[in-house]
Amino acid sequence: MLSINNLQASINGEPILKGINLEVKAGEVHAIMGPNGSGKSTLASVLAGREEYEVTGGTATFKGKDLLDLAPEDRAREGVFLAFQYPIEIPGVSSTNFLKTAINQVREYRGQAPLDAVSFLKIVKEKMKLVEIDQSLLNRSLNEGFSGGEKKRNEIFQMAMLEPTLSILDETDSGLDIDALRIVANGVNKLKRPDNATIVVTHYQRLLDYIVPDFVHVLYKGRIVKSGTKELALELEERGYDWIKEEADNIKA
Amino acid sequence: MSTTTDIKSSFISQYREFEKSLNGSAKGPLHQLRKEAMGIFEETGFPHAKNEEYKYSNIGKALEKQLAGQAITQASSLDAAGVQPFLFDELEANQLVFINGQYRPELSSLISNNSEVVIKELSEAYQEQPELVANALSKEANPATDAFLALNTAFVQHGIFLHVPDKAVVSQPIVLHFISDSSRGTTTSQPRNLFLIGKSAQISVVEAFHSVGEQSSFTNIVTTIDVKENAQVDYFKLQTEQDNSLQVNTTQVQQEANSRFTATTITLGGGLVRNNLNIAQNASNIESNMFGLYFLHGKQHVDNHTVVDHRKPHCQSNELYKGIMDDASTGVFNGKIFVRQEAQKTNAFQSNKNILLSDNATINTKPQLEIWADDVKCSHGATTGQIDEEQVFYLRARGISEESARAMLLYAFAADIIDQISIEPLKARFLKFLSDKLQTQI
Repeated sequence: MLSINNLQASINGEPILKGINLEVKAGEVHAIMGPNGSGKSTLASVLAGREEYEVTGGTATFKGKDLLDLAPEDRAREGVFLAFQYPIEIPGVSSTNFLKTAINQVREYRGQAPLDAVSFLKIVKEKMKLVEIDQSLLNRSLNEGFSGGEKKRNEIFQMAMLEPTLSILDETDSGLDIDALRIVANGVNKLKRPDNATIVVTHYQRLLDYIVPDFVHVLYKGRIVKSGTKELALELEERGYDWIKEEADNIKA
Repeated sequence: MSTTTDIKSSFISQYREFEKSLNGSAKGPLHQLRKEAMGIFEETGFPHAKNEEYKYSNIGKALEKQLAGQAITQASSLDAAGVQPFLFDELEANQLVFINGQYRPELSSLISNNSEVVIKELSEAYQEQPELVANALSKEANPATDAFLALNTAFVQHGIFLHVPDKAVVSQPIVLHFISDSSRGTTTSQPRNLFLIGKSAQISVVEAFHSVGEQSSFTNIVTTIDVKENAQVDYFKLQTEQDNSLQVNTTQVQQEANSRFTATTITLGGGLVRNNLNIAQNASNIESNMFGLYFLHGKQHVDNHTVVDHRKPHCQSNELYKGIMDDASTGVFNGKIFVRQEAQKTNAFQSNKNILLSDNATINTKPQLEIWADDVKCSHGATTGQIDEEQVFYLRARGISEESARAMLLYAFAADIIDQISIEPLKARFLKFLSDKLQTQI
């Protein structure tokens, strides 16, 4: 589904990603872990099409298409979803209106007829339950005045509405208490299907107790320096990142 | 200064012609007003660049450029079908049509009952009650305070006289359409409206400005509104003229005790627009609200000047103007709040917020507070920024096109002004204008 090959990217001329290789297949959950500043969020942003990052080399192919060549909205329409680490507040834009516009533009791209108001609301009701999000939040401006937990739940709610094939969760656990974490993780798990895939970007292992990854990759200084299964995450939890850094630095030296 | 001499003398000779055309009616209190006003205009002329009030808007120069040497005509061949697109047919309202400053009863429709509201052409009202009309005109607006007010007063003849008796609640809005038609040549018009709103009366008035034609047009309109005790007035101005139109639009409001007046001024069109909104609070427990939205493109230049004069205690004023400037357009905002020594316990809030969409767009904003009382709550502020690119990316990351994302954000910026349009069909029409301007569905 997603094939990343020697991907390099920089911001303001400073290289952040220095050759990422990653294969994600349908039905899989990949965790990307790593110390602060290793490039985890950059990878998520580059895949979603954030324009301040410059791709300086390598490729990313999504369902056979050159992902890096697509505008951010077209990546979303193709089925890529980024759950933001810091969801943006947009005063004056109603949550409902925003969702309806998004869904119908995605549908138009896929050659589907727009949803009418009734079917739209039906889907909203159904998906709201998934992340235990309250109707009153949807009556408000997008993310405006939402608590940290509400914002993250709203991200997963949008994900449920848009039904992406590849979801990238960028530090979705940051700022969540244990109850909110459980709700968000449950939502993600319920959305898991054999034909979609998830990349979970996280600093801590605790989210992976709830969203169990098939693969764990450790990112350090812009490269994946170690890959393994969920046991690798547990090891990181126990021993920290220092031994990985040492190993990686030794190989380079 | 010499640049505006020609256009000044052309208005002076226009006045001589006008005076001649009045024949026998060139006497009486109204004409006395005209002569005095013309005297003032002849002396002062158009405001020049050093005049603080017109510092950013040299209207005399613009008039010189657009009108000098042109034959001025009031002629128009617009008929019912030609006027049709401008009318708000979806609205159950009184619709009065002016073309090039002339009232056109055959194109207008009045539906409100005479017991609710008396609507008359100004000259007709003057014939019936010369003293009342002349007194009101001279009392509400002193021509010595502003050159355009003087010029308008010199030419005072046509406009709408609107009288709402005490306690009357006018159920249907009054919509005044001012259409400038320059298809048959350059045109100028100087309408004068006089609204007398009785005690405990309620009314909504809409003034809509449209234009057609290839030549230049200049509208210099003055509306005076007298809001008596306990009365409530909602006043909307919708300006959607073409780029070849110039407009100076002055509104003078006098409010009495316990009254509420709300002005919403929306400017989407017009090459050069200057709005003067002046509100005097003459008693206690008055509420004055001023909302404005200007969305400019090309070389449009729109200048909003507002004044609230808090003269008595326990009153409040709220002001919010928002601007979006694209291309090489210019916005000007100047809001003055005066709080007199007697006006204790005043609450006055003023805010001007702007978005610049282009490097060549300009905003000159000057919020001003002058307070002589010591027990008041006042605040003012101005901001200027760009569209938040983080917000654009967030929307795009959900599959919304960049164009729609920008339009949604601009709409969101303008929403609290748009929501002031309490008349639903009017709001729908305005949204249509706005989405045309944004070139996308909102």
